[in-house]
Amino acid sequence: MTATGDAEQPIPHPALWGVLYRNSTPFWEAVKRHELELQRCAQCGHWLVPPRPMCPKCRSADSEWVPVSGHGTIYSWVTYHESPHPAFEVPYSVVLVELDEGVRLVSNPVDIASDELEIGMPVDVVFEDIDDDLTLFKFTRAA
Amino acid sequence: MLQEYVERSYRPDLKPSVASNLIKDNTAIVGIGATEFSRDSGRDELDMACEAIKAAVDDAGLTMDDIDGLETFTLERTSMPTLVGSLGIPNLRFSNQISFGGGASCANVMHAAAAVATGVADYVVCYRSLNEASGHRYGRGDGYVGYLSEAPTLHYGYFFPFGLLTPLSWAGMYGMRWMHEFGVEPEHIGWYPVVLRENAQRNPKAIFHDKPMTHQDYMECQMIVEPLRMFDCCVDTDGAAAVVVTTAERAKDLKQPPAHILAAAQSSPPEQEIQTSYNRPIITGLPETWYMAQELFRVAGVSPADIDVAQLYDPFSLGGLVQLEELGFCERGEGAAFCEGGDRIRPDGELPLNTSGGLLSEAYIHGYNLIIEAVRQIRGTSTSQVENAELSLVTGGPGVPTSGLILRR
Repeated sequence: MTATGDAEQPIPHPALWGVLYRNSTPFWEAVKRHELELQRCAQCGHWLVPPRPMCPKCRSADSEWVPVSGHGTIYSWVTYHESPHPAFEVPYSVVLVELDEGVRLVSNPVDIASDELEIGMPVDVVFEDIDDDLTLFKFTRAA
Repeated sequence: MLQEYVERSYRPDLKPSVASNLIKDNTAIVGIGATEFSRDSGRDELDMACEAIKAAVDDAGLTMDDIDGLETFTLERTSMPTLVGSLGIPNLRFSNQISFGGGASCANVMHAAAAVATGVADYVVCYRSLNEASGHRYGRGDGYVGYLSEAPTLHYGYFFPFGLLTPLSWAGMYGMRWMHEFGVEPEHIGWYPVVLRENAQRNPKAIFHDKPMTHQDYMECQMIVEPLRMFDCCVDTDGAAAVVVTTAERAKDLKQPPAHILAAAQSSPPEQEIQTSYNRPIITGLPETWYMAQELFRVAGVSPADIDVAQLYDPFSLGGLVQLEELGFCERGEGAAFCEGGDRIRPDGELPLNTSGGLLSEAYIHGYNLIIEAVRQIRGTSTSQVENAELSLVTGGPGVPTSGLILRR
């Protein structure tokens, strides 16, 4: 119900943002293994989303990659009715999920129609292998 | 993070007010100029930049021999050496470009004012030229992806693979949450674009001049990215605009009544992303606008109630409405209610807004047309003139590192 991965117009790959991709590599490698991990400050525990070389709260440069629950609720959402890019067929929705850890991630809903989306709806992470190079994390209705 | 913003505990009275700084009252906008605003200029951006700058310099009663500084955006594609060569500027002593799109508009004027106040330049031209309708459209995702893939920002790689590709959707994510938390309905949002379209009917230069729109038209127009629809969006435009900044002292001898700069401010608070700061404690506001406003009013020594007319940078109607809240014209969540029925924000209302039609209905010259309209209000030459306007406020783009100005007679 979301991206179709048109071979001529592939979904924009996160590595396109090469200028800053090195910091994000552990995140996408975990997603490829169907795991959700986020960077956290090793000193004060502040979540670093997106990944950063330094904690903005305590200024420590020590960080660790930590598995997160993958459970959360829909914090906000939008639905495209006009396609911005050939890889995405309308209508499709994008959700902002607040994980139980308090961190918010942008993603797509799976098996939830746009008129069923509701702020506060509990969701669980699922993984979708798009092609050999790209796996995405998405969210479906909580079991 | 941002605790003072969440609690609104950072207030002007916590810091001493600014009796004077080098910019306040000592600098002014003395010339304004623009090309025609169209959907297809058929011209190079360089041609339009030269026309707008020449018009602004003429308007000030200066010649190109006087100009020694240039200010614009990093997004500007007219290179300064080419422009200097084309305009015949004798020696460019000062130049500067500011990043992150529309947030830079008023910051350009602030930096120009700083340059003339410190004496590193005498007359600085701020300009922006773009074929945003016929050329590269910022609102589109196809092609935009490649364009932004070299942007030195952390977050795009986390959003674009999910199709969150366009500025309208970035704003919509805030908007959906804002509507949910404060019980805002689409019909409440509609009054802001309707009043701006009314203002455009009096402005022959506006793209939407002679194209009136009713509240019903708004409600029935096409949804682009739910919750936002076509008439919530700014109008893609080809055109260029420029202003000339110098000292108040020099302004006395020039052709036009000066629009003195009472205050100028920039802000980029923590967890700032480019219209997608989704990990801030609350996403229903615009902290950068709020911090900027605190500084602006502190320096100016006036309060929101003193402002006679405001030009809010409105890439989308939502951005205008939430700025009303962050600038202190109403409480959080009340931006749409403030505009309901339109009377408060019409030219004869308590806070006339975007009197040339704004980015929604006049043109999208990346905020420069708003600065020009703010100057016109001070000069008394707007097509929707506010009677006896003495304090004229203008803002830069919301949701990005932003800026603002208060101009006075």
